[in-house]
Amino acid sequence: MIDGLMAVQTAPAEPAGDYWSMLFVFVLATFIGLGVIRRVSRLLYTPLMSLTNAISAIAVVGSIVVAGADYPRAIRIIGAVALFASMTNIVSGFLITDRMLKMFKKQ
Amino acid sequence: MTLAVAQLAAVVATALFIFSLHWMNDPNTARRGVVAGVTGMSIAVAATWIQPEIVHHGWIVAAIVAGFIVGVPLSLVPLTAVPQRTALSHSFGGLAAGLVGTAEYFLGLGENPAQLTAFRMSAIVAEVILGFLTFTGSLMAAGKLQEIKWIPQRPVTYPGQNVVNIGVLVIAVALGVLVVVHPTAAWSGQVFYAIVGLAVLFGVLLIIPIGGADMPTVISILNSYAGLSAVAMGFVLNNKLLVTAGALDGSSGLILSIIMCRAMNRSFTNVLFGAFGTVQKTAALGEQKAWKQETVEGAAQLLEQASHVVVIPGYGMAVAQAQHKVRELYDQLTKRGVTVKFAIHPVAGRMPGHMNVLLAEADIPYTALVEMEEINPEMPQCDVALVIGANDVVNPAARYAKGSPIYGMPIIDADKAKTVLAIKRSKNPGFAGIDNELYVQDNTWMLFGDAKTVVGDLVKQFGSGGLH
Repeated sequence: MIDGLMAVQTAPAEPAGDYWSMLFVFVLATFIGLGVIRRVSRLLYTPLMSLTNAISAIAVVGSIVVAGADYPRAIRIIGAVALFASMTNIVSGFLITDRMLKMFKKQ
Repeated sequence: MTLAVAQLAAVVATALFIFSLHWMNDPNTARRGVVAGVTGMSIAVAATWIQPEIVHHGWIVAAIVAGFIVGVPLSLVPLTAVPQRTALSHSFGGLAAGLVGTAEYFLGLGENPAQLTAFRMSAIVAEVILGFLTFTGSLMAAGKLQEIKWIPQRPVTYPGQNVVNIGVLVIAVALGVLVVVHPTAAWSGQVFYAIVGLAVLFGVLLIIPIGGADMPTVISILNSYAGLSAVAMGFVLNNKLLVTAGALDGSSGLILSIIMCRAMNRSFTNVLFGAFGTVQKTAALGEQKAWKQETVEGAAQLLEQASHVVVIPGYGMAVAQAQHKVRELYDQLTKRGVTVKFAIHPVAGRMPGHMNVLLAEADIPYTALVEMEEINPEMPQCDVALVIGANDVVNPAARYAKGSPIYGMPIIDADKAKTVLAIKRSKNPGFAGIDNELYVQDNTWMLFGDAKTVVGDLVKQFGSGGLH
């Protein structure tokens, strides 16, 4: 039982070095984010927020693993609820962003 | 093999997300950004789903279908309700992070305690605290914006509030340190539940004292938290795509928060712990000057004779659903050769950029929308400043009245225009609860009434041939 689970774990006790590279990615991504967001048109701050909402709902990939892997039922229920929450954000976030952007016309 | 596919998908998705935000720098390319975002998301989801460890597909399908059932209607809300929808989606994002963190902890506890290293535990604790406080905090914010009855609109304050709030957070963090040090003790599970409970409580307490004019800032800060909770989830799951996407969201929230704070001349701590928007009782200063009322006919004449009109819209315009009438007025005036611009204050509306969306919906070209910093130098040349449902953002008291809660806030210089026409629903003060002396200035003329009706009547003056 335990052995089977070990095989499906996504993160089997990684070496500490992995965490440092994650931190590295985080810092770089933040700087890229600051640089890109600073250039976003001020007209579009509202759609920007719904777009970044939808993008950060990429958390859905975590929920898919928790809901779909061979874990105890209680864990998978939690995962399914999280998956539902993320999916709602993806669907409504992208749709409403597009709906708003369609309204911006030059003349 | 599938692992390599997943890694490649993550790299491609990351690049697409960055492009997606990059294309938002211009309204012309912005819709391309949505396509890039959707593509990146689909790739990432597909690559995760095909992994061999995913064996229960039914649950995933059910959750995705449910997400569509709730998500599609949520994307069709009226544009005045976009701030609530945004707050609600921050709340869902926080919930997802909090739940996944909880699941990962108990999974580790039950099946594989060796996984709960100090670093991973720290990430789980951060994810759960951030996730659940964003969940309830954003729900509260959404409730306030939706004006749900049992959530008070105005800030609620009590003595020692900040001590209580910070105390709750400190206890949650202290318990967090405890489970990081002893992740597998007999009592660790209970302590973990206590952390969840405290984070849920802290989210509510954090938003209770905030209200009114601070909502745009609060939404931005919660956006940042939602992003950071996704980052923490990335650390827990050892997933770089999550860390990147979360960091993009977090930095977007951060930048918007800074812009909103600057637009109100306030600091982060002041917004979170300052309880703005309480009605000032000391406002009755000096003599009360009288309003001067103007008729619709007179106002139409003023507008027609002008060559440069600046419209200053506020949230009152959106509440009255007057945007479409404003658009008709814009058409009538531009047809007569009058230059019409719209002055947009950064905090006009209830979330960053809200006013632009509301005007764009009414088909007002975005080239006519001008930011505060750009329009202010032009205001002395402006013949008529038409204030529609705006109040605090045109209040000259912000420049000098040291005791006023809006002191120091940058404003649109409506008072510098040659003539000011102000449409106002009632004689009550605005969101910040303070009097506005712009309305009693010598060159100001008031038009009292519902914004939609008044602007509609103005349009009729032009249409009926009453003016040549």
